[in-house]
Order: sequence, then structure tokens, then C-alpha cells
Amino acid sequence: MSTLAQEFSKGILKENPTFRLILGMCPTLAVTASAINGFGMGISALVVLLCSNILVAALRNVIPDKVRIPAYILIIATFTTIVDMVLNAFAPDLHKALGIFIPLIVVNCIILGRAEAFARKNNVVRSIIDALGMGLGFTLSLTILGIIRELFGNGSIFGANVMGTAFEPMGVLATAPGAFITLGVMLGFVNFMFKRLRIE
Amino acid sequence: MNLLAIVFVAILANNIVLNQFLGICPYLGVSKRIETSLGMGMAVIFVMTISSIVTWIIDILLLQPFDLVYLRTIAFILVIAGLVQLVETVLKKTNPTLFRALGIYLPLITTNCTILGVALLNVQAGNNIIQTIVYAISVAVGFTLALLIMAGIRERLELATVSSYLRGAAVSLVTAGILSLAFMGFKGMMTL
Repeated sequence: MSTLAQEFSKGILKENPTFRLILGMCPTLAVTASAINGFGMGISALVVLLCSNILVAALRNVIPDKVRIPAYILIIATFTTIVDMVLNAFAPDLHKALGIFIPLIVVNCIILGRAEAFARKNNVVRSIIDALGMGLGFTLSLTILGIIRELFGNGSIFGANVMGTAFEPMGVLATAPGAFITLGVMLGFVNFMFKRLRIE
Repeated sequence: MNLLAIVFVAILANNIVLNQFLGICPYLGVSKRIETSLGMGMAVIFVMTISSIVTWIIDILLLQPFDLVYLRTIAFILVIAGLVQLVETVLKKTNPTLFRALGIYLPLITTNCTILGVALLNVQAGNNIIQTIVYAISVAVGFTLALLIMAGIRERLELATVSSYLRGAAVSLVTAGILSLAFMGFKGMMTL
């Protein structure tokens, strides 16, 4: 049994959902045109993941094995709807920017993956730690991608101009092809760093 | 909305994978060979058409009249999951050849976000039933097209020397980026 600290850190480094496991690619590519959108998406997914992990872990002895997947999807869909409504009420701009990708948190494979691979076999406390680690790892990756794309595609970070007026933005990074290319290059870079630092 | 415009935009100008980032997981997962891509594409065309019709009917007849629109996400994902199971059972009994051809790709479709995404986009846009069907088929054809092009490139890419750090997902993503750049050319021609 690994310690709680290991459980927490694995989601951020060794098993980072975006850069190591390559899960949840759709929102990763779609919302990272700006840092704030990437951060918002990450936090929304983190909340859904945390709530669903808690409930799945708490009900792990109640839900019959045969119908577990529909049960998990129902749990995840409920929390996704709650997050959708909360964002619509308190952060309408972010809600509009993320658009269809908020209801699509339901089919985010990270969340169902953690329910199936972790929460149904572990107690509530460990599931909370796991969800926090994975969720923060996802948020961090999305924010980093968002910062890179916003910095070079728009010359700003979190909406604040940092590159000065002489900077000519590389518009392509803010568009669809830029999303694919930035993520591909980042994946290669992370692989390189992991090999160099011998994290495995 | 002009039906021809819907077809053109959904397949080329606003391709579901390369411009809207839906269904990236199957796009990277099953684009290694042309045959498997074709199987996945057929399964998606089949399920997307049926699920869009069913979710549209549920939205019009149940959710909207009873003011339950906030339950859309939950209702749709349950319908799609049940529907995939149903299609699987019915196909197994009535058309074993097609069932074998679709194989493992059928159950995988439940977690394909294009299906839920298109169902939601259709009702959000307020499309009528004809537009819904045309849009669903076009999007699925666009998905298959993108998948087939990618599979063709990746079959050649296997033979190329790629840096060990970039092998696999990284180089596929960069390839998809260049492909997406090519598809951007259609964007200037028509938008909805």
C-alpha cells in the first residue's frame, strides 16, 4: 500500500492524466486557447472528479458489480449538471467560453477511469486524495498549455499583456492547429524531461 | 438552414475532430490501420444517426414540454448508453456479419464524446428532425474522413525514423495539427 503522499503526487507527476496517460484530450485541446479557460476547465473537472470519487468510494459495497458502469455514469452526470448550473449562475463568461465542453465532462475518461480503477477499490479518504492529485494534475497541465498558447498566440497571460507592443503574436497558436501542435510538442518535451530526470 | 450547407460545413469546414476537438480519444486510439479506422467510422455513423434521432425525440416530447431541460445531460447519456447496448443486442441477433465487422468499436462508442456532443449541439441549435438527421450523418462522415486520412498517414509514419521522445501520441498530435491546418482552408468558403 502506497502512502497518502505518494497517492497524491502520482496524479501530478508520474501518472499525470494529460502528459503521461494521455486521457481527456478533447477538453485539453479545445479550451486551452487562453490560460483562464484552461484553469476553469481544470477546476470544473476537479470538482466533478472529487465528488464522484467520494460517492463511488462510499457506495462501493452497495453498487452491484454488473450495473456499476451505468451507476457511475449517472453519478458523474449528476455532478456535471450541478457544476454546469453553478458556473452558469456565478461565472457566466467562463460558462459561455467553455460551452459544450461542460456537459461533456460526463464522458471525460479521466473521471470514469478513476471511479473504475481506483475509487471502487479504496476507502473514501484515499479516494479523496487520489481525486485531488489527479484533478490538480489535470488543472496544472491545462493551465500550462493555456499559458503557452496565450503567451505566444496573443502576447498575454491570464488576460494581462506582458509582451509589450512590439510583439507580433503568432496567431496560429490560438487556433485549432495550434492546439494540436502545442500539445504534441509538450508531450515530447515532457517525455524528454522524464527520461533525463529518471522519474519512473 | 440550407441542408447542403450543413453537409459541407459538418464534413469539411468545421470538421468535428480537426476543428471542434470532439472524439480525440478514438481518433488517436484507432487510427493505426485503415481497416480498423473504417470499422470505427461505420460504427460511429450508425450509432450517431440513431442516437441523434432518439435524443431529439426525447428532447421535444419529454424534456421541453415538462420544463426539464436542465436534465438534458443526464437523460442523453443514459439514452445513449442504453441505446448502444440495444443496438449491440439487436445486431447480434439480426445481422451477425455487421455485428462482427463493428466488433469492439460498438461498446467503445458510449464514451465517444462526439455522440453526446452532436446530440446536445442539435437540440441547442434548435434543428428540426430533417436537419438533425442530415447533421448527424455529415458529422459522422467527417469523423470517418479525418480518421481515414490519419490512418493513411500513420501507416507511412510507422516506417519513418521519429525521435524516441516524440514517438506515439506526440507525433500523431503534431500530424493532426498539420492536417487541421489543411482543413482550415475550407473555413473561408462557408460558415453557418
